[in-house]
Amino acid sequence: MKDFISKRAKTIPPSGIRKFFDLALTMEEVISLGVGEPDFCTPWNICEASIYSIEQGGTAYTSNRGLQPLREAISDSLGKNYGLSYNPDREMIITTGVSEGLDIAVRAVVDPGDEVLVAEPCYVSYSPCVTLAGGIPVPVPCSGKDHFRLNPDVLMERITARSKVLIINFPNNPTGAVMRREHLKAIADIVTDHDLLLISDEVYSELTYESRHTAAATVGDLRERTITLNGFSKAYAMTGWRIGYLCAPEDICNAALKIHQYVMLCAPVMGQVAALEGIRKGEDEKDRMVREYRVRRNVFVDSLNRIGLSCHLPEGAFYAFPSVEKTGMNDVEFAETLLKEEHVAVVPGSVFGEGGKNHVRCAYAVSRKELKEAIVRMERFISSHRG
Amino acid sequence: MDEKDLLILQILEDNSRLSRDEMALMAELEPDEIETRIAALEEGGVIRNYTAVIDWDKAGNGEVAAIIDLKVNPERDYGYDRIADRLSRFRQVKSLRLVTGVYDLQLMVTGRNMQEIARFVSEYIAPMDRIRETATHIIMRTYKEYGHSFMDRETKERIPYSL
Repeated sequence: MKDFISKRAKTIPPSGIRKFFDLALTMEEVISLGVGEPDFCTPWNICEASIYSIEQGGTAYTSNRGLQPLREAISDSLGKNYGLSYNPDREMIITTGVSEGLDIAVRAVVDPGDEVLVAEPCYVSYSPCVTLAGGIPVPVPCSGKDHFRLNPDVLMERITARSKVLIINFPNNPTGAVMRREHLKAIADIVTDHDLLLISDEVYSELTYESRHTAAATVGDLRERTITLNGFSKAYAMTGWRIGYLCAPEDICNAALKIHQYVMLCAPVMGQVAALEGIRKGEDEKDRMVREYRVRRNVFVDSLNRIGLSCHLPEGAFYAFPSVEKTGMNDVEFAETLLKEEHVAVVPGSVFGEGGKNHVRCAYAVSRKELKEAIVRMERFISSHRG
Repeated sequence: MDEKDLLILQILEDNSRLSRDEMALMAELEPDEIETRIAALEEGGVIRNYTAVIDWDKAGNGEVAAIIDLKVNPERDYGYDRIADRLSRFRQVKSLRLVTGVYDLQLMVTGRNMQEIARFVSEYIAPMDRIRETATHIIMRTYKEYGHSFMDRETKERIPYSL
């Protein structure tokens, strides 16, 4: 029999955490700081709205772009919260999570051979999506000394004549780094000067603790050359509902819409109805969750530094990204040994790209009680390996 | 009362057994300031007490509880305050509120058994001057108290890793 697997599918790497996953499943009483989702359940009013809608027969396709009232509500909210202005009928698509948004955004703009700059460490799908679209991912490392912000000089070094797109994600998974307006300004100038397109994944935009989120498309002249991606998973604890959205100037949006209609048709209607309830009436619950994350962040990051894992204060998302260098282990060894010996799951930073080496991602989206226990175990682990 | 005071109250309401250092980190204040602020909140009567939320059914002390609604004729000059004061002095009365609707006051009363509660209501509450009517609701099961659910839901399985 022929080898049926495509070269492209072969090129993309398997998930870097598969073996950890399998190992963790064989263990008891694992405290997992390895999960990139809120530990809260979706606020009940959001679930109720969706259940009611199913009872009323709301189970059919929606338009390709998604429910009109949802797009309008998103447009209003982006305007109110970030000063973004996107036309809900021409510049927006409701997607099946930000994952789909990223994929169709990349496919709408990348031709074979185009170089796509990817600010790393970052979510694991960016480079594979670029590869699948025939593009060439070019990592741009963000380092701990810059608090994991994108350094304009480092970006400049990676730009070539074939560079077409830059993908960024702030607040960042896995580092929790935030780019404020002053930081984005320098990047905006480079993007404009080199005639690049920016894809900005802002799914953690509601989870900032020191300052209000700056949407990239509001900086300089970026709006006309930016695809803004966002979604409901993190802010409203709605990961499993799979609802995101893509906003872009009309021509780019239309190109992405063509791909969306062929590969997805529309995002699931139950999720869209839930998202509408969330955006209309979810403010209080969202604020409550953000307050809780902030409290956990303070306690957790302080504890990490105390037990000898040096960690900058992340300004957003729900991740701490401490360095494990002082333990003498690399990030993969650290994560594996910690899981085996103390049953605490963290994700090795190198999974998120070169820039994440020697760091581990710890999601503090677990209860305070579990966080506390995780610190006890990690402290014991570190002192037993002090050498 | 400012934002930080409100944050401290929220933290305490969720768990009043945290150390002052833990609270300091959470509220982004110095430990000393936490102490001063809590002292002021206690002094000002905002914080009344530190208690535990207990599922007495599970504890199995065999006590029963009842909600008692009262229709009351208010007093000139005092309204409901004086009668509320008298009612609140009974050890059996765990909570007492003035409410809108058909009834005026709502009490929560506990006792060793239903007879004891019935006796308490008929001997002490109902005969009081100004009380026109009582309605006693025995609590059969508590599902949620002070924001804490008493239902033993199966904890949802969370995958150990996701990126």
